[in-house]
Amino acid sequence: MSGLQPYSSPAQVAWYYGFRLICALIFIFLILPILVIIPLSFNASDFFTFTKEMLALDPDGYSLKHYNDFFTNSDWQTALANSVRIAPMATLLSTALGTLAAIGLSQSHVPFRGAIMAALISPMIVPLIISAAGMYFFYSRIGLQGTYWGVVLAHAALGTPFVIITVTATLVGFDRSLVRAAASLGANPVRTFVKVQMPLILPGVISGGLFAFVTSFDEVVVVLFVGSASQKTLPWQMFTGLREQISPTILAVATVMVTVSILLLTTLEILRRRSERIRGLSPG
Amino acid sequence: MTDTTANGAAGSQPDSGPMLAADGTPLKVSLARALRRQKLRALMLIAPLLLFIVITFLAPIGDMLFRSVENNIVPETLPRTVVALEQWDPESGEAPGEAVFEALQADLLIAAEKKIHTRLGSRLNYETPGISSLFRKSGRRVDDMEQGPYKPQFLKIDEDWGDVEIWRTIKRYSGAYTAGYFLASVDMEYGADGPQLKPEDERIYLTLLWRTILLSTVITVSCILLGYPVAFLLANLPLRTSNVLMILVLLPFWTSLLVRTSSWIVLLQQQGVINDTLVTLGLVGDGGRLELMHNEVGTIVAMTHILLPFMILPLYSVMKTISPSYVRAAKSLGANDWTAFWRIYFPNTVPGIGAGAVLVFILAIGYYITPELVGGTSGIFISNRIAYHISSSLNWGLAAALGVVLLALILVFYWLYDRIVGVDNVKFGG
Repeated sequence: MSGLQPYSSPAQVAWYYGFRLICALIFIFLILPILVIIPLSFNASDFFTFTKEMLALDPDGYSLKHYNDFFTNSDWQTALANSVRIAPMATLLSTALGTLAAIGLSQSHVPFRGAIMAALISPMIVPLIISAAGMYFFYSRIGLQGTYWGVVLAHAALGTPFVIITVTATLVGFDRSLVRAAASLGANPVRTFVKVQMPLILPGVISGGLFAFVTSFDEVVVVLFVGSASQKTLPWQMFTGLREQISPTILAVATVMVTVSILLLTTLEILRRRSERIRGLSPG
Repeated sequence: MTDTTANGAAGSQPDSGPMLAADGTPLKVSLARALRRQKLRALMLIAPLLLFIVITFLAPIGDMLFRSVENNIVPETLPRTVVALEQWDPESGEAPGEAVFEALQADLLIAAEKKIHTRLGSRLNYETPGISSLFRKSGRRVDDMEQGPYKPQFLKIDEDWGDVEIWRTIKRYSGAYTAGYFLASVDMEYGADGPQLKPEDERIYLTLLWRTILLSTVITVSCILLGYPVAFLLANLPLRTSNVLMILVLLPFWTSLLVRTSSWIVLLQQQGVINDTLVTLGLVGDGGRLELMHNEVGTIVAMTHILLPFMILPLYSVMKTISPSYVRAAKSLGANDWTAFWRIYFPNTVPGIGAGAVLVFILAIGYYITPELVGGTSGIFISNRIAYHISSSLNWGLAAALGVVLLALILVFYWLYDRIVGVDNVKFGG
């Protein structure tokens, strides 16, 4: 089906190339919007589109002024600092709690497993606007609205489903007899966990943690409601920037963030390969 | 099994009674205890997170859902009036008598002192426009009222106090709970004989709900149409090539939502890249630039792009499991390419389509950010209306009721998703 044979009919040859062309167009649709902002972020003028100078590859058409603005403007720097303060704490919370729960859920006898799973996954299913509204009302009542910890707790709750899902998936391939072997050799449960189970499921834990990190780092809706101006994060600043005063600095920020996601993607890919190699799933 | 005496040397114990564990307790008891301990350990591991989610997430959601029926403000602000109104029959066609006005004067006096009468006014204003100013005006002047019959004095402040409609509203919303917000969220109101649909040109929420479902369906179908060929190609290419191409799917997946939305703004706006290219190529005149943003087109295009990876990844993982020998077998039995695909390969991918479609639909229907930024007025979703009621119009009850409607819709599809794929089988990143 996939290969082109010497005996293929002209129609088959035409379809073979036609299909690849269609796929190429879809790939362009997927990737072009992300790539197009990178050159635009070096625009020397304050436009959101390619200027004549840029198309002529004139060096005067390009500049780093939007990056300069991002790194010197106090609004953007505060937002960046807030994002950097909130996301790791939320990640830490959701990864620690999520990993423990995933280990618990993967035991063979768990009462009410279905109901518990549904409750723990719910932050992923409920639309963000509903979560945001509920948290806004509830956190105002208990005095968490507009505080650093309010945002951290909210983001941690949103990130846990991803940790649970990835760690549970890793635990499926985990050989339980290793735990028993460790116990039979005299290791206590904590030691067994630290020395045997944890190193084996670590790739799953790290990729779950990355998911939780991205969830928090990329989150706007909840922080808009639960946070106050002093918790303004990078996505929040971008959102207001896009809605009110469109400035090309956003494109520079976007480029920086694309670079960060490329780094994340690479890390995850390395982890996935490592995990597959450990479990003997792929020859590589 | 209980026959331990088969081994003669160990046969000191007579073969009677239940089998014992090493410490002398019956094995059954010991096993049950071990099982109980195991369950307890599993629950202990889960408990911290469960508690955390209940406090930080489920309680807020429940709290918000409760707001959609809560109506304490009327009985709390006007306790005496509510009691006095019980005697009044709205069908009589006359405003209530002196007793009610006397209670109203007492209630308003306290409320005006605490400055909460305006809040009540704006609450009742959602139901009958005009009440807000009535309460504000009367609250200001209630202090100066003289002893004696209060009804004429209230009527002097504003003739509307003699209006049956005003009193009907107050009586209707005098309970601690109300279905009024839910009626409003599906464009209904209390009419002369019970709930009825609003006039056709005032039905904004049903229109909005219908548009949300319609646009989400269009987005889901576009995702299937664009995702299927790509997933098929990825699943049938050699691993080395498909791993490289997979990056083109995963990079958008990992890129920030706001980055992707801003790039669509850059592409779609009137002075944007697409319009500029079309003008340069001479396909459209400079005056005839296309309206690609601030309407449905913008929402559909941008959201299809954002949600496409959620369709490709489940499809890919299903297609990966389909053995190529099925199609080869079909062909060897005389099927042509199309028949082999349509009768053999495609039916095998239906679970993948189902999984991807439900996932994309669930995500699409609750979207807020992208429609807000590129949707204008005709491309917004019900989420945007909820946000509007929370942060701008402050009609929180209605926002909560709309949230319940949206949540119910999502839960139906979530249940479907659980039936088709199972929540445990969700996977990300291939």
